[in-house]
Amino acid sequence: MPKIDEYAAAAGDTAIEELKTISAKLRNKTILNVNSTAVGGGVAEILSRMLPMMTELGIKPRWELIKGGEDFYAVTKKFHNALHGTPQKLTAADFQLYRDTLKTNMESVNLDADIALIHDPQPAGLIEKKPAGAKWIWRCHIDLSNRQRDVWDFLRGYVSRYDAAVISAPSFSQELPVKQFQVPPSIDPLADKNRELTDTEISDIMKRLEIPADKPLITQVSRFDRLKDPLGVIEAFKKIQPYVTARLLLVGGSADDDPEGAQVLAEARAAAEGTPDIIVLCLPPTSNVEINAIQRASSIILQKSLKEGFGLTVSEALWKAKPVIAGAVGGIPLQITHKYSGILTRTIEGTAYWMKRLLHEPAYARKLGENGREHVRQNFLLTRHLRDYLLLALYLESGGRDFIHL
Amino acid sequence: MEPFKFCTRLTLTEVTGRKAFNITELLEGIKAADDAVIYHHTHRFIKQSHHLVPEGANDFAYWVANTVQADRLGEELTSIDIVQYHSLANIRDAFVKMLEKHIAENPEPMRTVTPGREFHFMRAIRFSLPTDCAATDYASFIQCLRKVSVSSLYLHVFEARLRPPYGVDDFSHWFKTNFNDDIIGKEISRLDPYSYTLEGLRQRIIRIMEHRLAEVSRA
Repeated sequence: MPKIDEYAAAAGDTAIEELKTISAKLRNKTILNVNSTAVGGGVAEILSRMLPMMTELGIKPRWELIKGGEDFYAVTKKFHNALHGTPQKLTAADFQLYRDTLKTNMESVNLDADIALIHDPQPAGLIEKKPAGAKWIWRCHIDLSNRQRDVWDFLRGYVSRYDAAVISAPSFSQELPVKQFQVPPSIDPLADKNRELTDTEISDIMKRLEIPADKPLITQVSRFDRLKDPLGVIEAFKKIQPYVTARLLLVGGSADDDPEGAQVLAEARAAAEGTPDIIVLCLPPTSNVEINAIQRASSIILQKSLKEGFGLTVSEALWKAKPVIAGAVGGIPLQITHKYSGILTRTIEGTAYWMKRLLHEPAYARKLGENGREHVRQNFLLTRHLRDYLLLALYLESGGRDFIHL
Repeated sequence: MEPFKFCTRLTLTEVTGRKAFNITELLEGIKAADDAVIYHHTHRFIKQSHHLVPEGANDFAYWVANTVQADRLGEELTSIDIVQYHSLANIRDAFVKMLEKHIAENPEPMRTVTPGREFHFMRAIRFSLPTDCAATDYASFIQCLRKVSVSSLYLHVFEARLRPPYGVDDFSHWFKTNFNDDIIGKEISRLDPYSYTLEGLRQRIIRIMEHRLAEVSRA
């Protein structure tokens, strides 16, 4: 795991100094994180990188997992989908199963800490056993803007008893009796997905993947999902083909375990058939360094989502100083200021227009990428994410004052 | 002599839950806003956009111009020069006055934006942090200026004007108090945050200081 000082090259010396100054005020405090999985998923990925940094800074982080049977996870999956806006049928028995499972966990999970970050709906009910004097934060990683009422009303009963709630974007906020803070997610600049690669590494990977380098590459990296609009991407590319020399690459994970994904992949392949300049590529989920190389070898990155949570793939591309054309949905407008740090579009035609324009105006495209990288450096790196959590801990420990001198 | 100790400003963003879908709701929200809200939507904007081509001086103007697409009002709100005001309450009053004037002059039904494009009122929880940079003369001051974050620069040059002595930045105050040098103050007071990125401002201030150091050394 990288040492905190190794992040200075990406985040800047002052960001590291600031982290050290803030954490000195939290030295020896225990910060507990509770979620439902140790591997897989964005929360576990971030915690596995962030907690060693906390330890190095003199804080005592702990990480606990709640446990439940398959039936519990079936219910919380329904919670998750319902909160994301996909209608779900929840029964009284489902809610009771949640209560019972959390009650069992309250007996087994060590909740002793000065500050606790409880991630997402699965462990939210642990609030019933919050130790006296501790400060508890409910960390919601889900876009709640289209949440299903009955599920939210149920969860709200728990969330209202926390000291604070944390959301990723202002549009995810809800009416709550507790203060809500915006802490966007982050990318790790030293992870395989984002670390610097040499030109040789990039070209070796591109050769291995048999992606030709003879034409500028326009790439969309995302799973084969209708909400990522791969067919719209292909249609937009076909519109500009008479005017440009370029190749389109759609890269996604293997869709073996997702019937709809497999269908969308088949549709994308069918749409690309007969057009040799469109490549549809499936990679295993562990292909982090490959994705990194593909993004770095690309001239333009697309994220033409129709709906999105936060859409952190945009920050991953911007961090590589690439011009990004992305759908103006979810958290993407927080990452891109239109025409300054990337391009926001709402239609296939708009996406086609901007692809063509950026290919023809490389200096402007380069400026967008440079601005985007700086925006990510300031706002979407792991160091900023950790800093926000530590500032929130200090805020709660200070009694919630608006102005705090350290 | 008291050394100049560089500090920096960090903020944590609180989401108030209050939203505006049109200009009247924006006005009502600004009227009800406390200092932490006004600070977030005015001062944050320059800091966050410091690497971009400077455009749009505050969140209110940016939303009105780019989302509501009320171009003229957006331009007027952009022109409110927040660094000329000596309190956040005065900045709020300036926005209220301009929005009230616009509504009075444009009584016809106004555009309401679709859900998802509304304005979210937020608050800045402010933290002051010491840095390890301290200056005792012109040369060490320049060294520190090269090292400190742009947040520190912003805090000492622009935010300083909102606290006593009102309207004066920390750098000018220190040089005036310790070296009876008011030339630096005059030069810095002419710097316009809307015409430079903060990195550009850093370079400009360093050039002012270097020029002044050469003059002082010659004298």
